[in-house]
Amino acid sequence: MKEKLVIIGNGMAPGRALEKLFETDPDRYDVVIFNAEPRVNYDRIMLSPVLSGEKSFDDIVIHGDAWYIKHGITLYKGCKVETIDRVNKTVTSANGITESYDKLVIATGSVPFIIPVPGVNLAGVVTYRDLDDVNVMMLAAKAKGRAVVIGGGLLGLEAAAGLNEQGMDVTVVHVMPTLMERQLDPAAGYLLGESMKARGIKVMTSANTKQILGDKRVTGVEFADGSVIPADLVVMAVGIRPNVALAKTAELAANRGIVVDAQMRTSDPSIYALGECVEVNGATFGLVAPLYDMANVLAAQLCGDEKATFTPVATATRLKVTGVNLYSAGDFAEGDDREEIVLRDASAGVYKRLILKDDRIIGTVLYGDTGDGPWFYDMLKRNVDTREMRDTLIFGQNYQGGAPLDPTAAVAALPDEAEICGCNGVCKSKITGTITAKGLTSLDDVRAHTKASASCGSCTGLVEKLLLLTLGDSYNPAAVQPMCKCTDLGHDDVRRLIIAKELRSIPQLMQELEWKTSCGCAKCRPALNYYMIATWPGEYEDDGQSRFINERVHANIQKDGTYSVVPRMWGGMTSPNELRAIADVADKFKIPAVKVTGGQRIDLLGVKKEDLPGVWADLNAAGMVSGAAYAKGLRTVKTCVGSDWCRFGTQDSTGLGIKLEKFMWGSWTPAKVKMAVSGCPRNCAEATCKDVGVICVDSGYDIVFAGAAGLDIKGTEPLCHVDTETDAIEVIAALTQLYREQGRYLERMYKWLKRVGMESIQASIVRDLTKRRFYYDRFVFSQKFAQVDPWEERVNGKDAHEFAALAEFGVPQAAE
Amino acid sequence: MNDWIEIGRLEQVPLRGARCVNTPAGKIAVFRTAENQVYAIENRCPHKGGPLSEGIVHGGSVTCPLHNWVFDLATGEAQGADEGQVRTFAVNVVDGRIFMAAEVMLMAAE
Ligand code: SRM
Ligand SMILES: Cc1cc2nc3c(=O)[nH]c(=O)nc-3n(C[C@H](O)[C@H](O)[C@H](O)COP(=O)(O)OP(=O)(O)OC[C@H]3O[C@@H](n4cnc5c(N)ncnc54)[C@H](O)[C@@H]3O)c2cc1C
Ligand code: SF4
Ligand code: FES
Repeated sequence: MKEKLVIIGNGMAPGRALEKLFETDPDRYDVVIFNAEPRVNYDRIMLSPVLSGEKSFDDIVIHGDAWYIKHGITLYKGCKVETIDRVNKTVTSANGITESYDKLVIATGSVPFIIPVPGVNLAGVVTYRDLDDVNVMMLAAKAKGRAVVIGGGLLGLEAAAGLNEQGMDVTVVHVMPTLMERQLDPAAGYLLGESMKARGIKVMTSANTKQILGDKRVTGVEFADGSVIPADLVVMAVGIRPNVALAKTAELAANRGIVVDAQMRTSDPSIYALGECVEVNGATFGLVAPLYDMANVLAAQLCGDEKATFTPVATATRLKVTGVNLYSAGDFAEGDDREEIVLRDASAGVYKRLILKDDRIIGTVLYGDTGDGPWFYDMLKRNVDTREMRDTLIFGQNYQGGAPLDPTAAVAALPDEAEICGCNGVCKSKITGTITAKGLTSLDDVRAHTKASASCGSCTGLVEKLLLLTLGDSYNPAAVQPMCKCTDLGHDDVRRLIIAKELRSIPQLMQELEWKTSCGCAKCRPALNYYMIATWPGEYEDDGQSRFINERVHANIQKDGTYSVVPRMWGGMTSPNELRAIADVADKFKIPAVKVTGGQRIDLLGVKKEDLPGVWADLNAAGMVSGAAYAKGLRTVKTCVGSDWCRFGTQDSTGLGIKLEKFMWGSWTPAKVKMAVSGCPRNCAEATCKDVGVICVDSGYDIVFAGAAGLDIKGTEPLCHVDTETDAIEVIAALTQLYREQGRYLERMYKWLKRVGMESIQASIVRDLTKRRFYYDRFVFSQKFAQVDPWEERVNGKDAHEFAALAEFGVPQAAE
Repeated sequence: MNDWIEIGRLEQVPLRGARCVNTPAGKIAVFRTAENQVYAIENRCPHKGGPLSEGIVHGGSVTCPLHNWVFDLATGEAQGADEGQVRTFAVNVVDGRIFMAAEVMLMAAE
């Protein structure tokens, strides 16, 4: 007969213990779990990303229902145990379920502490502990009102940041002079406060809450000094207390927490306890790393291994607020026997502090740049003598002799015992060893087998580097390709976050999305500049310095540093006047080459940079504007003569081409866009190898797209048939807008189609007329700001610095 | 030796951008980074002569507009896999005014 194991509480600690138990001795127990929360085991740590909208509840479930079925576990959801009968060895829940046990585990976690002031029972006052609390907050945030978070510790700040993301007007109220004083020294606490303020969260420190105001619902908070701030939601996040009520009724030994020994045994030999509800040697615990250590010990005990014991070690803390880098570990109080090393870089917002005792690190606080946290923490835990590296210690691992290491080499240099995942206590050799032993190939594999990076996720970068180191080139990091070396995010994530986080400038984006370089590189900056323009038409101010030279000076640079100038010839039509002006300009500025391009217009090649404004002024005077032959934007619209002249022409292809070009010029797109309109299926305008083509037929217009004839030769794909010219223009503009919003920078239309699929494009542009209209309207809106001739602007003085030298020396001066 | 010639004011060079100083022997590109540091290098890429002043400036580097070589503005060295170096010239910024060593002009004239 199997023994019967009953567990009270279904949190992270017992969840981990069961995993261990099933690994070692899967058939030993029949397991029954009572959980007061009506749900499976989930990653409580990750409630903050759920609150901020970055994750859903499904993303943070640790054990889904299938896991319980697989292991034959009876899980009573929403059943709170009220009595333990130690004599008859049974437990009974509030709703009357009784189960007997051979072994009992109490894992009731903590309860939020509620400061005893009037008004705490009003509607709109919540704590921050479980999914129900998060749901209440998210619901309240829908009304976008004012929230007051009482408590400036880890939980309070995560709640504040989440509510702020949800659009609430948030004030954090903290009783101490600086935030997170238990994990941070005042200097780091100050920096943290400033960064909260910078994201629009108000911070009140040294504020003593007197009462919560309101009749039925909360309306405000009053402080000891008499001041009042209005509030529609109050979150109480001032701390936690071990949940000992049940153990106390059962008369188990308990102080602040349930008293257990290093083997997790309570005062009753059949009853164990673990997690936040326990007290070991007078200490209680509020972070998962030590709880997982307890879980390993308990699992060993349950399997009969009595040697396993629990020894608490210093834990490291990180704040899970996107954009805030903060790391603290160990003890950082000042003292006579202690020395400290401090490094500050105010402009970069970096602060680092190490506390040493007898040349050994006993504590560290890092703000802004936390990359070396694990290295310091590792030395702290191993009690390493740092005398030799004292002078450079604070600069981190990279500076310990030799040239600075690149990040991967730095990870390679970590000792085997270095802890990579703080939440789950997984060290480097465990990860690399498991990768090799089990033949793991992906981040998800490593998460599944070692738990590393499976909780708060802040070590994901390190784990990926270990994968790379262990597997070499065969490691194919997730499908998402980072935009460039400056970030781990792919193009799509960046575009999504620009909208989700309302990022409106490149510096803001780099700050919020934690760019790794100070101002990007030649790969990401042009892409970001395009994404900003496409997302915030009319609002975003174009950043010329983030454009390639051609788009900055609106001409194509040539191999000798001169430029080529291509004026528009709408739909390939020109006139004697335009041709005369071009001829005159070529003479006047001694332009060495005049060529007919492959795009039905004329190229003036070899123009000196300083002559560009003069050339443009003359072309403008004849009514010509930039042909954008350099632009990631609309290039040419080629046409054939169509029904105006041709004996086979079915529609006015020239006229439609001109209309399209006049309507769409100036728009910026992910890559260049070329169009053509042919008057009949003989297709003299070569419409079937353009980004967008129209083939006129008797019954109307066949619209084709996603062709190219450059590096790749691609015939177009049919999009749809429409009956009128107006419809054709609407479809083409809507299609272009969809591409503008979805295309990755430099991804030409045919590559975009290949990635997103015909089905999704036709669904938006062909089948759903409301959607088509929506994209069309957005195109029209953005064109309001786009159709400014860049040549004319520069003729009138814009960017004059581009076209003149800063200084001239020794160049013969004209006689006076 | 310590002669400096004023070549212009800081704000005349765009942030994360560059302007040229024309000398008898060629163009010198004067860069201003996002952090307001000023560097001067030869305006000629060692690869195929690209005008470096037209490149995108990022951190303390510039990417050549013709084929994307990247140069460190302080040392003039090509970064990454590419090998090559451009000449660098001493510049000094005092009170928003940019000075270049007078000897640079002489050197350039040689
Ligand atoms: C001038 C022109 C050649 C000519 O003398 O006819 C030309 C010249 C250049 N083409 Fe082109 N292309 C020209 C028509 C074409 C065509 C034909 C057409 O448009 O009907 C194609 C094939 C169709 C296509 O785009 O699929 C063409 C495919 C390319 C490609 C390959 C694009 C691709 O995605 O595969 C590039 C490279 C690129 O864009 O990255 C390119 C790039 C270039 C650049 C911009 C190279 C550069 O970065 O400096 C050349 C600029 C020279 C200059 O300063 O004017 N050019 N290029 C033509 C200008 C058309 C215009 O009036 O705007
Ligand atoms: C928002 C938030 C963010 C956090 N962030 C971090 C972090 O970044 N890093 C970190 O290390 N830690 C973090 N923590 C702390 C971490 O989540 C806890 O340390 C851990 O979840 C505690 O696990 P536990 O199993 O002891 O208890 P819990 O996970 O609290 O589980 C206890 C369970 O027991 C149930 N229960 C209680 N009484 C009874 C009863 N009588 N009968 C039946 N069931 C009962 C409760 O409903 C609850 O589901 C965070 C906590 C929160 C709330
Ligand atoms: S085909 Fe090549 S060489 Fe000719 S214009 Fe196009 S890019 Fe230049
Ligand atoms: S000329 Fe500079 S990279 Fe080729």
